[in-house]
Amino acid sequence: MDAALNLLSFGPEGWGDDIASGVLVTVGLALATLPFGLVLGFFVAVMKQAQEPSMRLAGNIYTTIFRGLPELLTLFLIFYGAQLGLQQITAFIGTETTIEINAFAAGMVALGIMFSSYASEVFLAAFRVIPRGQYEGAYAVGLSHNRTMRLVVLPQLIRIALPGLGNLWLILLKDTALVSVIGLSDILRQTGVAARVTKEPFLFFGLACLLYLVLAILSSFVFSAIERWAEKSGGTR
Amino acid sequence: MSVVAATDTVERPAPPRRRWTGTRIAGTILVTLWALAIAGLALYLVQSWNPELFDRYAGRYWSGLIVTLQLVFLSIILGAILSIPIAWGRMTKRRIPNALAYAYVYFFRGTPLIAQTFLIYYGLGSFRPQLETVGLWSFFRDAWNCALFAFTLNTAAYQAEILRGAVESVGRGQWEGAASLGLSRLQTLRLVIAPQALIVALRPYGNEIILMIKGSAIVAIITVYDLMGETRRAYSRSFDFQTYLYAALIYLAIVETLRNIIEWVEKRVTRHLKR
Repeated sequence: MDAALNLLSFGPEGWGDDIASGVLVTVGLALATLPFGLVLGFFVAVMKQAQEPSMRLAGNIYTTIFRGLPELLTLFLIFYGAQLGLQQITAFIGTETTIEINAFAAGMVALGIMFSSYASEVFLAAFRVIPRGQYEGAYAVGLSHNRTMRLVVLPQLIRIALPGLGNLWLILLKDTALVSVIGLSDILRQTGVAARVTKEPFLFFGLACLLYLVLAILSSFVFSAIERWAEKSGGTR
Repeated sequence: MSVVAATDTVERPAPPRRRWTGTRIAGTILVTLWALAIAGLALYLVQSWNPELFDRYAGRYWSGLIVTLQLVFLSIILGAILSIPIAWGRMTKRRIPNALAYAYVYFFRGTPLIAQTFLIYYGLGSFRPQLETVGLWSFFRDAWNCALFAFTLNTAAYQAEILRGAVESVGRGQWEGAASLGLSRLQTLRLVIAPQALIVALRPYGNEIILMIKGSAIVAIITVYDLMGETRRAYSRSFDFQTYLYAALIYLAIVETLRNIIEWVEKRVTRHLKR
């Protein structure tokens, strides 16, 4: 027991500080992906509920592709694909270099795309809940289409979509673990290194699972706080 | 007679002409971009078509696909069996089974599948002497078995929640009605609740299968040569990006086929609810 605690300590023999930095990277990646994924997901949802068929088609192709591919494969496609693409561009310009894509950036793009394709479904379901009368009322008082969206529809939409988005956030948090495969020093990679060096795999991978669990519990607290706040600002109806 | 014929052919006003609004232009541009991207990929695949590469790896992709499907199929079946006691635990009022089932589901749904797989494949190595005395070491030494074990435990947690949600979606009146007809609890479950609950559960079950197929790609990291594993191996040997593109096409085809099958089945089994 003492030996295990020593291994987890923050001192020079312990792995505590390395793993703590891994936690920061995991949380940082998830938080950095979130706004990007939310905005993209919202626009895809707007496309999918447009009256214009070509717009709907474009949105549907997006979600079909990115919800059908395994998360790991999407990550590899973006990581290696971007690397190869950039290399070809630089070769075209005339400089032969090997380009290394930053794992954090590749992870952010891949996770953001996956997040947005699921978020678009959540937003779309929320759009369908908002009755037509809300739009008609807003037009009747003379709001433009954009202002109707921003002032009338969006506030209700966010409140309706919150529970679904909470689930997606938990999925995002878990999917960040995949980015360790392309070399990002997140929780899973740091604990993996520790496990290999100390030959204590069960201790360290168990710790990794517990850390993800703690993050999930913390985010569920934050989410219930946000939901309470949204409920309050919803007023009486 | 002629009067009737005249009213038959009412002249309808021509449908309003679709004008080139901003959204229509933007939508057309986006669809064109998609079409160009897909055509570009197809062109790339055709252009870099390499019979030698195909000969060398087509068989391996096929065997990888079989491994993926076997893994998913077996873990879904075993997980379904395991999920029944867990779902019971989640619904029972007894303190201890309820707490255990809650903890189980929370753990497996709250942590990444890849971390669980590592915990089982690498982590159980810490208990090698103990496992050897029980005679289970030969099972857990193999990466495929570990993957199957991890996936079964994981999907059991998700399936237990699906099952619970479906059973709880059937109203209490159904239980009471069955009880008043003198059916036992098990009979009620089998004859009254299950047929109604399974309709509710169909879509989530389908989604779970799709999620497992996609999630199963991570076994490539613990050296199981499933479709993803074969792809990684082919890429590391040939450095040819099309290896990944073919894998993407195969995964996409599987997922789309499954999704359509589920939709078709759902339409069939909810025929009596349509008006």
